[in-house]
Amino acid sequence: MGIGTGSVSLGDIQTEYGGSNPIGLSEYYGKGNAPASGEIQLWADFQGTSSGTHTLLATVTASASGSLSFTSGIDSTYDVYEFRFENMHPATFGARLAFQMDGGSGYATAMTTTNYLVEQAESDSETYFGYRTGRDQHDGTGYQPISGNIATNSDDAASGILIIFGPSSTTYVKHFMSNANVSGNGFSDNNHVAGYFNTTSALTRISFAMSSGNIDAGQIKMYGIGT
Amino acid sequence: MSLALISTHTASASSSIDITSGITSSYDSYEFHFVNMHPATQHVHWQFQVNASGQSGFNETITSSHVVSYHNEGGTDYAVAYSGSYDQAQGTAYQSMFYNLDYENDESCSGVLTLYAPSSTTYVKQFTSRVQGNHHSANYSMESYVAGYINTTGAIDEISFKFHSGNIDAGTIKMFGAS
Repeated sequence: MGIGTGSVSLGDIQTEYGGSNPIGLSEYYGKGNAPASGEIQLWADFQGTSSGTHTLLATVTASASGSLSFTSGIDSTYDVYEFRFENMHPATFGARLAFQMDGGSGYATAMTTTNYLVEQAESDSETYFGYRTGRDQHDGTGYQPISGNIATNSDDAASGILIIFGPSSTTYVKHFMSNANVSGNGFSDNNHVAGYFNTTSALTRISFAMSSGNIDAGQIKMYGIGT
Repeated sequence: MSLALISTHTASASSSIDITSGITSSYDSYEFHFVNMHPATQHVHWQFQVNASGQSGFNETITSSHVVSYHNEGGTDYAVAYSGSYDQAQGTAYQSMFYNLDYENDESCSGVLTLYAPSSTTYVKQFTSRVQGNHHSANYSMESYVAGYINTTGAIDEISFKFHSGNIDAGTIKMFGAS
């Protein structure tokens, strides 16, 4: 996640870059701004640096937004991209958070997906576990729902994680999987969605939108994992 | 949570990928990210096993559960279901994380395996995995949730990945330490 710009301790460096106890500074040659050999300086060499293995690339925040998009930063730098969405609140009752990707010809890339739901009521009167038809796609080009129906009560929202594997590959189709939970009208809905974009072209942009109406509020962070 | 990249392993017509160093008490848990694992053989199962410190062979005892969700491109077949043929009850075989992976040129599977506290000498070792890939030859998208525990209190310090038949034609596995 990166070392801050304040004081730097050996523990901060170990947390960011790993390493075994007892800590030996030579383990960190070549990490951060440290040289490959010779003298290491804690502040000069590590302050504000990141291991690059779980790197925050961009943050977008909704405010009565029709959609939220990341139009740069998805490239071959990382094998895996992770999107963490928090408290996505719709303007329209029952809307679902959805996403699509694009390689340059519009957000209409064909995908085949699965979608299942695990649900429990606050009243403990109703549970559900099963596949959700109508929320999956078979070579469809629409936005893929990754949450259940979100209510518009002031405390209702959806949060979760979407992971995209190898979006820059020009050999393989692009696999993804998400897990999101929704609180709404007295239910907890846990949606498991996965699938693949059926293209061997690189995908470079991603868009999030509600299935109906605006994204009233919420935040999405894009991370790159694994260099 | 912070992830530290410990090692990267790239397959090239490999019978298995064995990671025999780097799993220590330095991290609370370990994540294995595998990207575009492509088999040489059709309809194979993506698997892992571990070895406890001081022991020999990838053959620890595992009890596990296996759930899949699938949907074909034609839209005619879909379900979420328990996969009773791919779990284990005190078994010592490699644990399947994805079954019947197809092998067309653009097909593969990708996912994450998390191994919790492998260096504990008190507890059995819990694991969870989630894998998405191209299932069967009829153009299915399938996602697998596999979880379980390695029924030993011995420290785990080695892990092996392979397909149940044939080579790993291509693919990358990255091992991260999570703290």
